[in-house]
Amino acid sequence: MFDRLTFRHGVHPPELKQLTAHLKIRRLPYPKEVVLPLSQHTGKPAKPIVRVSDRVERGDLIAEADGWVSSPIHASASGTITELGLSPHPDGTFKPALYIAVEPYSAQLPRPRLVPDWRGLDRDGLLHAVQHAGVVGLGGAAFPTHVKLKPPPDKPIEMILVNGCECEPYLTTDHRTMVEYPNRIHLGVRIMMKILGVSKVVIGVERNKPDAVEALERTRPADLDVTVLPLTVKYPQGAEKMLIEAVTGREVPSGKLPLDVGLVVQNAASVGTIAEVFETGLPLVERIVTVTGLGIRKPANLIVPVGTKLRDLLDACGGMTDDAREIVFGGPMMGAAQANLDTPLTKGTTGVIVLAERECKTQDSYPCIRCGHCLDACPVFLNPQQLGKLAAAGRYDEMAAAYHLNDCMLCGCCSYVCPSNIPLSQQFAAARVALRQRKPAA
Amino acid sequence: MLSASSFLVSAAVLGGVGTFFASVIALARKKLYVWEDPRIDAVANLLPGNNCGACGLAGCRAFAERLVEGAIQPANCTVASPDMREDIAGYLGVDVGAATTRVARLLCAGGCDVAPNNADYLGLQTCRAAAAVAGGGKACAWGCLGLADCRDVCDFDAIYMNEVDLPVVIPEKCTACGDCVEACPKDLFTLMPVEQKLIVQCKNLLEGDEATTACAVACNACGRCVADGAPGLIEIVHGLAVIDYDKNATASPDAITRCPTGAIVWVDGAQQLGPERLEKVLEGAGR
Repeated sequence: MFDRLTFRHGVHPPELKQLTAHLKIRRLPYPKEVVLPLSQHTGKPAKPIVRVSDRVERGDLIAEADGWVSSPIHASASGTITELGLSPHPDGTFKPALYIAVEPYSAQLPRPRLVPDWRGLDRDGLLHAVQHAGVVGLGGAAFPTHVKLKPPPDKPIEMILVNGCECEPYLTTDHRTMVEYPNRIHLGVRIMMKILGVSKVVIGVERNKPDAVEALERTRPADLDVTVLPLTVKYPQGAEKMLIEAVTGREVPSGKLPLDVGLVVQNAASVGTIAEVFETGLPLVERIVTVTGLGIRKPANLIVPVGTKLRDLLDACGGMTDDAREIVFGGPMMGAAQANLDTPLTKGTTGVIVLAERECKTQDSYPCIRCGHCLDACPVFLNPQQLGKLAAAGRYDEMAAAYHLNDCMLCGCCSYVCPSNIPLSQQFAAARVALRQRKPAA
Repeated sequence: MLSASSFLVSAAVLGGVGTFFASVIALARKKLYVWEDPRIDAVANLLPGNNCGACGLAGCRAFAERLVEGAIQPANCTVASPDMREDIAGYLGVDVGAATTRVARLLCAGGCDVAPNNADYLGLQTCRAAAAVAGGGKACAWGCLGLADCRDVCDFDAIYMNEVDLPVVIPEKCTACGDCVEACPKDLFTLMPVEQKLIVQCKNLLEGDEATTACAVACNACGRCVADGAPGLIEIVHGLAVIDYDKNATASPDAITRCPTGAIVWVDGAQQLGPERLEKVLEGAGR
């Protein structure tokens, strides 16, 4: 049988993971203050349930979920609530957030379990525990995990796909999780299988992480049908629709979700977190973050309390070099550039990349020469050239109606290959925002 | 093989077919004729023809239809000059009507001289694109990015960029069509009746020093205008002074006298967005 093992189109950016791929995960010392935005996940922001000057322990619920597609927020360090105010948000706006003045050392105190042991729970109990532990997807979009784990009854799920691709250059968060905590991945898989009632699991890992494949193979539980599948290295294989195509050959139809083709996709770090909350008994209060780039003095893979401010994180990594030029949350292809050092890290921050002058290229853009490279790169088979022309003319409605703008996942492949340096995916991002803002008025 | 007869046959067939369809069309024109008021065309020709939509209708022809029906008055077209409105009113024999003149107002005075950047934005030079990258890099996340999307979208050349990269609306040219309101990714434009002269030129929700560090002319929510204005006219809502325009009749320039940053202003005509707006800030520094 011919194994496809990758998807069509896509690009091969330099991997640049060598800065942190070999570094063991360390724990970041607690900062003096943590800032927890109420909106750290896809869906409605959480509702605060604490007041200023309240004392909270690490793991305490401080904001509860507002509805089903929402997620609660827990104190990531013990201390005192000092303010419910506005804080810079990774998306570039200011959003409501809870400020906690952290008590030194107190966060290390042991405390009774907040999340029950998974062994004694049935499906609903497990799902309830995952929901109330504030677990969201840690791959970037921070979609509440419990929503993914409860598909509508008319959509049977036949397989769980664990996404260990980490196709973005620089990032090694999932990689190190798989190498150092392979048992956690397998426990997370076991819990997900129990919740979904699924018997088949495939863990897709790109071939550039042989140590992760080896670690997962070595610890693979004998009683479960888990396959570790090495995939050809290509960007954006970590996009769930691309991964599905690579592993199963199925195509998720436009506007549909993976569960429409019988699959649930979870990123490796998220699977690890599902296991972690049951293992430690603490809700999601910390995550693993890659701090990398030539602009940071000591690149590292760190366990960081959610809500740590960017400034504190950079200081803990030796500070920025003199030629540091740009800070990006997430990967360099899809990540969000940051303008404010007081921005807190949220549950969805996979990495912090500090790019030095020599890693950044600012070039003028030139008119489109219709070479078609962008069409060959687009993993969802759109026509970025035509979309770019319409975006420049401000014809956003036409982009959505006739050229499937909403299927674009802003992976940046088109911008990456464009010989004229046209910032295509940025134009599409702007067009999408414009359309979204216009909708309520109409 | 060609012959004279083949020409004749084709000419006859085509002629027959042509005559048949011509008669069908002639019949259809009679049967399906829709009478339309000839005044609609005449009025449409008298209108400016920008199809800007400022009247709230789909375009000038739709406006003309409603005019002829008598549902609206000529004054509802904000683009037409008073002479044009008189012409239309004279043609239809109706009253010109009174409509409030509205203009677009910019709710930001944070030009590049007073509002610093946290980061340099080097990408595509449009506000829309810049706003999608870390909000554009300006320290004030609410402020004007100064990349002129509003000027570019204005059909009436009513907006120009001043020396501190702020768009200034020329009230005489502004037709309140609302294109700039839609173009601004930071939602800084609003259409206001010219009688509303008390304006808070700021949307920053931070308070105190946090606000003034981000921008020297930001509203820092000190509340002096609330005390100085008529009772109930101004209120501090989430770190920003908000004017209740239902009580516009009670508004007076008294409210702006003690504002330390000049965020609240009394506007007569065009907004003052050049260096002259800094008087208040400099005064405060001297005190």
